[in-house]
Amino acid sequence: MRLTGIDLACQRGERGVFANVGFAVESGQALTISGRNGAGKSSLLRMIVGLLPIAAGRLALEGGDPELSIAEQAHYLGHQDALKGSLSVAENLGFWAGFFGLRLADLHVPLATVGLAGLAGLPAAYLSAGQRRRLSIARLIAVPRPIWLLDEPTSTLDAAAQHRLAELMAAHLAGGGLILAASHGSIGLSGAQELRLGEAP
Amino acid sequence: MTPLAALLVRDMRIALRVGGGALMGVLFFLVVVTLIPFAVGPDLVLLKRIGPAILWLAGLLASLLALDRLFAGDRDDGSLDLILMGRAPLELVVAVKGLAHWLTTGLPLVISAPVIGLLLNLDLRAEGALMLTLLVGTPALTFIGLIGAAIAVTLRRGGLLLAVIVLPLTVPILIFGVAAANAAVTGPIPFGTPFTILCALTLASLVVGPFAAAAALRQEME
Repeated sequence: MRLTGIDLACQRGERGVFANVGFAVESGQALTISGRNGAGKSSLLRMIVGLLPIAAGRLALEGGDPELSIAEQAHYLGHQDALKGSLSVAENLGFWAGFFGLRLADLHVPLATVGLAGLAGLPAAYLSAGQRRRLSIARLIAVPRPIWLLDEPTSTLDAAAQHRLAELMAAHLAGGGLILAASHGSIGLSGAQELRLGEAP
Repeated sequence: MTPLAALLVRDMRIALRVGGGALMGVLFFLVVVTLIPFAVGPDLVLLKRIGPAILWLAGLLASLLALDRLFAGDRDDGSLDLILMGRAPLELVVAVKGLAHWLTTGLPLVISAPVIGLLLNLDLRAEGALMLTLLVGTPALTFIGLIGAAIAVTLRRGGLLLAVIVLPLTVPILIFGVAAANAAVTGPIPFGTPFTILCALTLASLVVGPFAAAAALRQEME
């Protein structure tokens, strides 16, 4: 599986955010996207999953399921955690697993993976910011999809959880997945390519 | 569980939990209708004559009450992004959200209408006709409301805008709903004539609503 972007450009309103951005990521590889604030890191990830229109250039996925779009084979972990405060931890995860087409989801394993198994019955409104982020990450574990698009995945996570996330990402890459992560600092991906946005070409 | 069934269950759970919109709609309906006899006075003939109109008007406002958060809530916490990435077609997603909203807001109104109708001196025949018109008409209110909810999703204070957009569109539903209920009580036109038109309006809105709302949501992605 190989995800490529060729001469991509992003336009937000009248403002050109970036242009002529290209990348290529293969199975087992990771790409970190860095750049100053407003350089378009999040916009690039949102473009890949079809949440923003592509102003110029194109995206291509080779070796994926031809019946499905890139977004349908990808997980997007954005700034927002997509959790409902009135639903319990298990109900939140169970909904996303069901919505992404998993028939019988065993929720205990993904919850235990992110260390939330003991809180399964607690309403998500009571979770701390880091726990909410961990619950979002459990979604990536519960529903297998080859492409992970992570937007600042380590923000709000403590050192132990960051380490755990690095292990999960390494396992995902070892299993043939691919990761694109927008980040300011190191997120613990060794051997990742780096794409710097917002610099003069 | 299929994606749409999961969405239906989730939306109904959220609506029925504390802080959800379901209970609010019914309570608003009951409070408004209860206040009318106090305002109008104990004129039983008058109450009986305006009863169906009062119940319909209160039902219309109550079913729009929780509608402005339908998509805005999902947008604010990022759920809408993930829903748009899913494999389920957006039109069906919108329709299922509308169905969940009707089951938790519209259906309780229909069920409570006969009880509250006693306050307005409605007899058994009028109660039955009224319940039937509400049962057929409230889905139309919800599905027309979907369009306004989708348009208002990007606005911080979309509630008022929702009312301004949606209420004029619901006028035909209101006219034929009340006309059918009145026809059953007083005549002279037969119940079937306005009721059939009400059914047609509902069927049309069940189709048009989800497509228009999905188009509005797509437009706002940029």
